[in-house]
Amino acid sequence: MAGAGGGGCPAGGNDLQWCFSQVKGAVDEDVAEADVISTVEFSHSGDLLATGDKGGRVVIFQREQENKSRPHSRGEYNVYSTFQSHEPEFDYLKSLEIEEKINKIRWLPRQSAARFLLSTNDKTIKLWKISERDKRAEGCNLQDEDGRLRDPSSVTALRVPILKPMDLMVEANPRRIFANAHTYHINSISVNSDHETYLSADDLRINLWHLEITDRSFNIVDIKPANMEELTEVITAAEFHPHQCNVLVYSSSKGTIRLCDMRSSALCDRHSKFFEEPEDPSSRSFFSEIISSVSDVKFSHSGRYMMTRDYLSVKVWDLNMESRPVETHQVHEYLRSKLCSLYENDCIFDKFECCWNGCDSAIMTGSYNNFFRMFDRTTWRDVTLEASRENSKPRASLKPRRVCAGGKRKKDEVSVDSLDFSKKILHTAWHPAENIIAVAATNNLYIFQDKAN
Amino acid sequence: MSAEVPEAASAEEQKEMEDKVTSPEKAEEAKLKARYPHLGQKPGGSDFLRKRLQKGQKYFDSGDYNMAKAKMKNKQLPTAAPDKTEVTGDHIPTPQDLPQRKPSLVTSKLAG
Repeated sequence: MAGAGGGGCPAGGNDLQWCFSQVKGAVDEDVAEADVISTVEFSHSGDLLATGDKGGRVVIFQREQENKSRPHSRGEYNVYSTFQSHEPEFDYLKSLEIEEKINKIRWLPRQSAARFLLSTNDKTIKLWKISERDKRAEGCNLQDEDGRLRDPSSVTALRVPILKPMDLMVEANPRRIFANAHTYHINSISVNSDHETYLSADDLRINLWHLEITDRSFNIVDIKPANMEELTEVITAAEFHPHQCNVLVYSSSKGTIRLCDMRSSALCDRHSKFFEEPEDPSSRSFFSEIISSVSDVKFSHSGRYMMTRDYLSVKVWDLNMESRPVETHQVHEYLRSKLCSLYENDCIFDKFECCWNGCDSAIMTGSYNNFFRMFDRTTWRDVTLEASRENSKPRASLKPRRVCAGGKRKKDEVSVDSLDFSKKILHTAWHPAENIIAVAATNNLYIFQDKAN
Repeated sequence: MSAEVPEAASAEEQKEMEDKVTSPEKAEEAKLKARYPHLGQKPGGSDFLRKRLQKGQKYFDSGDYNMAKAKMKNKQLPTAAPDKTEVTGDHIPTPQDLPQRKPSLVTSKLAG
C-alpha cells in the first residue's frame, strides 16, 4: 500500500478500503429546504468538523478521543456545538431578499483554547468564537448563586470564590460582524496565511479584511464593467495561497483562473498569471462556456498546485505553467450527451466543490445519484462510491459503483438514464491528516473512514 | 436510379452518426435549438449573468407603498387574496405580500 512504510502521509484514494463510519441527519423522505447542507469543513487539526445549512445554522462535530472502555467509538464525530449563524433578512431599499444560507465556513488556525471560525451568507461574514466552559465560580461576593446581583453595601466580609467543576458547556458567540461590503453575492471566503487578514469574494469584487476591523475593508479586485451591458464573466471562487500571504487566485465563469500578487499593486485588477486551457474552436457549442465555468478552486497543501472543478471534470494546474493543466480527471463524462436536459432542469449550473487529501496525493469531488469520485494522482486510479443509507452498517466496506453510458448495462451498473439528479453531492471534505472524509448528501452528512483507521 | 437514392441517404445518415459520435455535445446543442429556436446567440453572455446577479429580487417598493397609503388615507390598502401568490395590475405590493421569512427556530436535525 503506497505510503504505508513512511511516516505521516496516508495512502491515496485507491489502495484503501473505504468504509461507512457514521451518518448524521434525518431519514425523512420530505427534506425541508432549511436542512439542506450547504458547506462542510474540517478544522486544521481535523478534530472538529463544521457544517452549515440553508437554514443559516452551523453544527460542529468533535472527534471522540481514544477511550479504552469504548473502543468502537474511537474516532467518532459527535455534536459539539450548534448555533444559528445567520438569519433571513429583507433589504427593503433594494427589494432584495437576503438568504440565511451559509455559503462557506472557514476555520481560523488555533491560537488558544477557544476555536474560531468565519461563516458567511450572501452578504455578511461573521467571526464566531467557540469556547468551552467546564468550571464555575462559587461563593462570589457581588452575586448570588442564582446570578442575582447583591447590593455592594450589604457585603460585610470578603471571601475568595472557589472554582467548581460543572458539566461541559460549549458556547458560541459572534465576535465580529463584517457587513455592508458586498453588493453582489458572496461565494468565497479565505483566511490568509498571515492569520490576520482574510478575503471575501462576490460575483464581481474581492475584498480584503483584517480580522480585528469590521468597519473597513479594502477592495483588491473589481471586475465590474463601467457598462453592465458589457458584462461577460463573473468571479466564481477565490482563495489565498496557503503559504505566500501576498498571493491569491480567483476563478471565473469562463473557465479561467487569475493569480494575483498583492505586492505588485493595491488594486489587483491586472493579474500576475492567467491560467486557461486552449479550446478547440471546432468543438465549441452552446454549452461550452457554461460547462467550462469553474465552480471551485483549491490550492494543494504544498502550495505548488491548484485544482479547479468545472461541470464535467477536475483539473490540476502547476502554478508554474499557465498554458494548460497538468492533469485532467473526468468526473462524469457520460453527462455530455445529456447536456440538453441538464440545461432545461438547471442542473448544468450546479456548483460542485473539490478537495485534496492531506498529502495532495488524492483528490475528491461529488457527482449525482449521491455518487462521489476519488482520483489517486500517483497510481492514476479512480473510483466511484455512493453515500447511501442502504450501505450504512458500521464499518461496512463501500463497493465501487459504475455508470453505464450506453449499450448493454452490466449487472451492478447504473444506467445514465436512471441517475437521480436531485441527489447531488456538492460538498465534500477530507481530514487534513488522516483518511477520513465527510460527504454532504442533501440533508445528510456521511463520514467514511479507511479500514486501516 | 433506385440504387443511387439509398446510397445518398445512407451517406447522410453516416455523417449524422459520425457527428453524434464525435460530438455528443453538438447533438445536444441541436436538440436544444430545436426545442427553443429563439435561444440567444450568446448563451453565457450578459443576460444569463445579469439574471444571476439579480437573484433574490422581490417586488416591494417602499415609495409606491407609502404613496398609496397616503392616497387611501384612512381606508385600507387592497391586499391580495390569500391564495394569490403573484402581485399584478393595480395592486401595490405590501409588506404582508412578501413571503414570511422567519429564522429557523428548530435546531438542525444533524444535531439530533
